[in-house]
Amino acid sequence: MAQFRTCPDTGLYFHKSAESLIKANAVVGAVFLLVAGILALLVTLTRWQAIHLLPADQFYMALTAHGIDALIFWIIFFEMAVLYVASSVLLRCRLATPYWGWVQFALMMVGSVMTNVAIFQGGSSVMMTSYVPMQAAPHFYLGLILFAVGALIGCFVFFGTLVVAKDEKTYEGSVPLVTFGAITAAIIAVFTIASGAIILVPTFLWSIGYISHIDAEMYRIIWWGLGHSSQQINVAAHVSIWYLIAGLVFGARPMSEKVSRAAFLLYIFFLQLASAHHILVDPGVSSEWKVFNTSYAMYLAVLASMIHGLTVPGSIEVAQRAKGLTNGMFEWLRKAPWDNPVFSGMFISLITFGFIGGITGVVMGTEQINLIIHNTIYVPAHFHATVVTGTTLAFMAITYFLIPVLFRRQMILPGLAKIQPYLFGGGMSILILFMLGAGTMGVSRRHWDMDFTGAALGFDYPGIAYTMMGIGAFGGVIGVLGGAAFLLVTVGSLLFGKKLEPSAGLLQSFGVPLAASCYSSTKPEILPMAPPLEHHDTTSFEAPGTFVLALLLLVSFVVYYFINWKYLASVWPLS
Amino acid sequence: MNETTNQPDEKKERIPAMQSLLDNPFLLLFIGVAMPTVFYLMWGIMEIVTIPVAP
Amino acid sequence: MTSFMPPADRIWWKVPVGRQEIIWIAIALVWCLILFFMMPYWHIYGKQNLSNEAYQTTPAKFGAKVQAMIDQYKVGEEAGIPIVKPPAGSDVYLLGRLWQWYPILDLEKDKTYRLHLSSMDWQHGFSLQPININIQVVPGYEMVITVTPDQAGEYGIVCNEYCGIGHHTMVGKLYVKE
Repeated sequence: MAQFRTCPDTGLYFHKSAESLIKANAVVGAVFLLVAGILALLVTLTRWQAIHLLPADQFYMALTAHGIDALIFWIIFFEMAVLYVASSVLLRCRLATPYWGWVQFALMMVGSVMTNVAIFQGGSSVMMTSYVPMQAAPHFYLGLILFAVGALIGCFVFFGTLVVAKDEKTYEGSVPLVTFGAITAAIIAVFTIASGAIILVPTFLWSIGYISHIDAEMYRIIWWGLGHSSQQINVAAHVSIWYLIAGLVFGARPMSEKVSRAAFLLYIFFLQLASAHHILVDPGVSSEWKVFNTSYAMYLAVLASMIHGLTVPGSIEVAQRAKGLTNGMFEWLRKAPWDNPVFSGMFISLITFGFIGGITGVVMGTEQINLIIHNTIYVPAHFHATVVTGTTLAFMAITYFLIPVLFRRQMILPGLAKIQPYLFGGGMSILILFMLGAGTMGVSRRHWDMDFTGAALGFDYPGIAYTMMGIGAFGGVIGVLGGAAFLLVTVGSLLFGKKLEPSAGLLQSFGVPLAASCYSSTKPEILPMAPPLEHHDTTSFEAPGTFVLALLLLVSFVVYYFINWKYLASVWPLS
Repeated sequence: MNETTNQPDEKKERIPAMQSLLDNPFLLLFIGVAMPTVFYLMWGIMEIVTIPVAP
Repeated sequence: MTSFMPPADRIWWKVPVGRQEIIWIAIALVWCLILFFMMPYWHIYGKQNLSNEAYQTTPAKFGAKVQAMIDQYKVGEEAGIPIVKPPAGSDVYLLGRLWQWYPILDLEKDKTYRLHLSSMDWQHGFSLQPININIQVVPGYEMVITVTPDQAGEYGIVCNEYCGIGHHTMVGKLYVKE
């Protein structure tokens, strides 16, 4: 019989097995965030040319591990937790086949450790992308394959839980919007992992000598089905978390279920095509393929993101105005709980993702503009805006909510928690903006020495490029401090936070269930439909402040986009 | 939307096709995997394998 | 409170959408179409488009072409690397290998060349600085780019695809003369 715990503060139901799995995945994710953060510090201090910390071999090793631990291991472990929350907890349903959930966890653990071992043994400094014909040790690929199989199992436990919830009628009507967003993430994950399997399995066989040759261009196309789509899982996941936090903090309801879900549907259809962003200056692939795929078939996934960009803050504005914060355009925003890290983290994530990550992504994903950006440090700047200040900060924000609710511990150091999103978001934004600038000046990504020490022929970057890399790296150090503050607060709370439930001991923080008396075999009440809205005037502008913000985004977008065309027009004619 | 929300008579109305699609995760899964497989992967690989051999 | 609860209406698809959202979706859609049509527009009216011309090749085959060009048009040497001055309008060849760009090309301003790029070993990144043109160089593929250098000067070719421990020493040179 499935056992459930009710959270006395929020009324959320936790299925015992799901609860353990959520904790275990989130905690392991945080461990990889720690590793990735330490490596980030080493990488950023090496690219700060005045410090130039690591020697070349260690730099490339650290950079390989940083990319994989942050972009893949931290985020996907946490996403497994998100999937289990979005299915089991939000639908008040037992988790389907908890046994397979633990298989997911075990495979991902073994895989992630194996790949890390391979990297730190030194023979696999091949970067996250591991482009052939450069070869890593066999267990580098094998670890990634095991990890991917684990993640795929996790996706199917999620889908299975949706089936169980429907069969056992644990909810009325359609699934909540947040769950729908998680479905989007899981669908993208399945394609991601399938692409990974198609290319990494042969590459593993090649590394142990069973296959003689892997075509380098074929590898690039299929690998990016994994590499880029895995970041699209994050987009769907963190947008869902924005909606969730808007609901948790403000009691906000989606402005329109139809619009928000249709936007997620556009993600399902088109988002993954953007894997082509990485192939725009590759040989032999036609412009038709490039234009169609890089634009998500006419930018329909960008349309979806622009819709979420309006509806997420718009729903907050509507909820705030209903509470009487109706003065002017922005009283609703000014009087938002800026000292609550759950909100501030989410809002900084929204703004940086939209204004920096989104705009730069579209610009450099434009077929011809990519010529002046490909493989410069502009690229990592862009994806730090999407994946670090976007996804990671959203995950941090929801973690602050989960510590009392899921882990039953009171948060320690609330003062530090208050400033953490600003520290992290601010530091990373400095890193991002200055790396964008350096990239525009042609500074290369994945490069140990912009002085080219030892090169037979030299080249000098302009002095301003060095300044930009220095300031950016300084921002990176602040960002790392912000990340450390997050881990200090969260891990500290799990270890030393006041117990909100007497049995919430040390082991309980890492996945062991609470005392038996916390759980009951009674089935949770059916999750009801949301209460109907009293009145809904479709002709008025319910969220004018948000509309102004959205127009500001659009104007920045248009201006920056055409500046880049102008820049492109100044380079040598090519055809 | 109006005050008649959640009224029993609404339950008799047929669910629109788009809503049924959005309520069907497995159909969405099929579409979400098929789209990039056809347009990105298969089309892309076809482009690569049809590149002529250098003279 | 309802983002994590089922929609209030059983048939939520038919709930009318607010005017604000409709206007924003319309604006955003128009912008997305502009974003899209800028790419075909630039193919027709713009001057910076990457060619689709490419061939399957092998390192040996491509290396032979490079050598043939060097034998015919070598005009000097710099740091042990030949400088080549092929005639304007001709096919010019540049290879990337661990860790050099080979040879050094000496081109004439405002003349059009067919630049062939390939790699002898791993993947490399052709990053022409400071003009900032970046192209992926993939072993087994010979990419042909028609290029018209319109500014004279001395250019560096930085490798911007990670290619092992000596990656940072992989810098080439290209001259454009009046």
